[in-house]
Amino acid sequence: MSGFLKIFGWPLLLAAVTLVGLTGALIGDGAWDGLSWLCLAAPLGVLAWVLKARRR
Amino acid sequence: MRPATIRVWSLVHKWTSLICTAFLLMLCLTGLPLIFHHEIDDALGHDKWRPANPAGALLSYDQVLEEALKRQPGHAPIFMSFDVDRPVVNVTSGPTAGAPDAKMVFAPIDRTSGDPVPPIPAGGVMDFILQLHTDMFLGLAGMLFLGAMGLLFTASVVSGIVVYAPFMRRLEFGTVRASRSARVKWLDYHNVLGAVTLAWVLVVGVTGVVNTLATPITDSWKSGALAALAAPYQGKPPAVHLASVDAAVRTAQAAMPGMEVQFVAFPGSGYSTSHHYAVFLHGTTPLTRHLARPALIDAETGALTAVQDMPLLSKALSLSQPLHFGDYGGLPMKILWAILDLITLVVLGSGLYLWAGGGRKKPVAFEPTETRP
Repeated sequence: MSGFLKIFGWPLLLAAVTLVGLTGALIGDGAWDGLSWLCLAAPLGVLAWVLKARRR
Repeated sequence: MRPATIRVWSLVHKWTSLICTAFLLMLCLTGLPLIFHHEIDDALGHDKWRPANPAGALLSYDQVLEEALKRQPGHAPIFMSFDVDRPVVNVTSGPTAGAPDAKMVFAPIDRTSGDPVPPIPAGGVMDFILQLHTDMFLGLAGMLFLGAMGLLFTASVVSGIVVYAPFMRRLEFGTVRASRSARVKWLDYHNVLGAVTLAWVLVVGVTGVVNTLATPITDSWKSGALAALAAPYQGKPPAVHLASVDAAVRTAQAAMPGMEVQFVAFPGSGYSTSHHYAVFLHGTTPLTRHLARPALIDAETGALTAVQDMPLLSKALSLSQPLHFGDYGGLPMKILWAILDLITLVVLGSGLYLWAGGGRKKPVAFEPTETRP
């Protein structure tokens, strides 16, 4: 199980956050839009971080 | 997973990708400007029109209809739709209510004056891009073909998830071995960029496939639920003395409080029966705005006949539109959509490069030396 999570932990977490982002703005405007922006931007933030930190 | 299993998934990933990549590249490239369709139209000064009496009273729908039909003598009304951000009502008419698309006349009318509004010119570069993206100028066949490419793409993403595992067994998430060969470096980029955009790409891909089925889904509603409502009126003469459109909209809204009118289909049109107004209402949240429900109003008496729920497939189609276009969360969401689209282009391009050899004849796949950190 830990092997599975080591490989798929990050991708699954980012997918879950993305899905919250895709649904949020459908539910309402205002704060819901804000939630969507955050949740869709977060995986891009993680991407920027790993591309910098784990380049070798 | 056994090496033989991985080899099968790897073949699935390779072939589904190879078949659809050229089309997916086209879809991502044309999709990029389409995300900003509305903004680009505005910037190009597409709509310089202003209402004649901005502060004046609005004409009723019946008055608008009269004004529109005055300019198309002998025409029967087919549809009436309502612009969201300007006081304009669009009246579609034709020689008969059942006229084919080619015979229909689309007339936007200023609700503050009854004057015609110059139609937004079609055939610009954005329309070209939109049509290329939707059906490659091949009509329904082109749409369905792109739907099939979307299905292959979905299979390619799913198989991509499976073959991602053996590569990542000894690597931390997001590692890019930039000091190794170009091929190893681009394999790592392909993996990390694909992993980060996974959920978005699946949602946009699957909703894109659903959108390509718009015509068959709408047809199945017409021949199913709508035909069932029309059945009792089969063979009876079509409604002639039409009741007020305004009253029909009010009756529909009384049956579904809090909902707004999206469009009205007249008796005999493809979206109603020969005896009814179909008044389509939608809610006011981003979710319910996309889920229209029709109320059928007897076109002669103005009485409510039925409120219909759209079938599940039609609802899926309605929700697939915003989820594919990314137009439901303001400009920041569109910008995020564009970044994710660009990343997908890199995933497609790097995939193509890895297949083409990338400076090596032999595939690197699953060699222990390549997966060791």
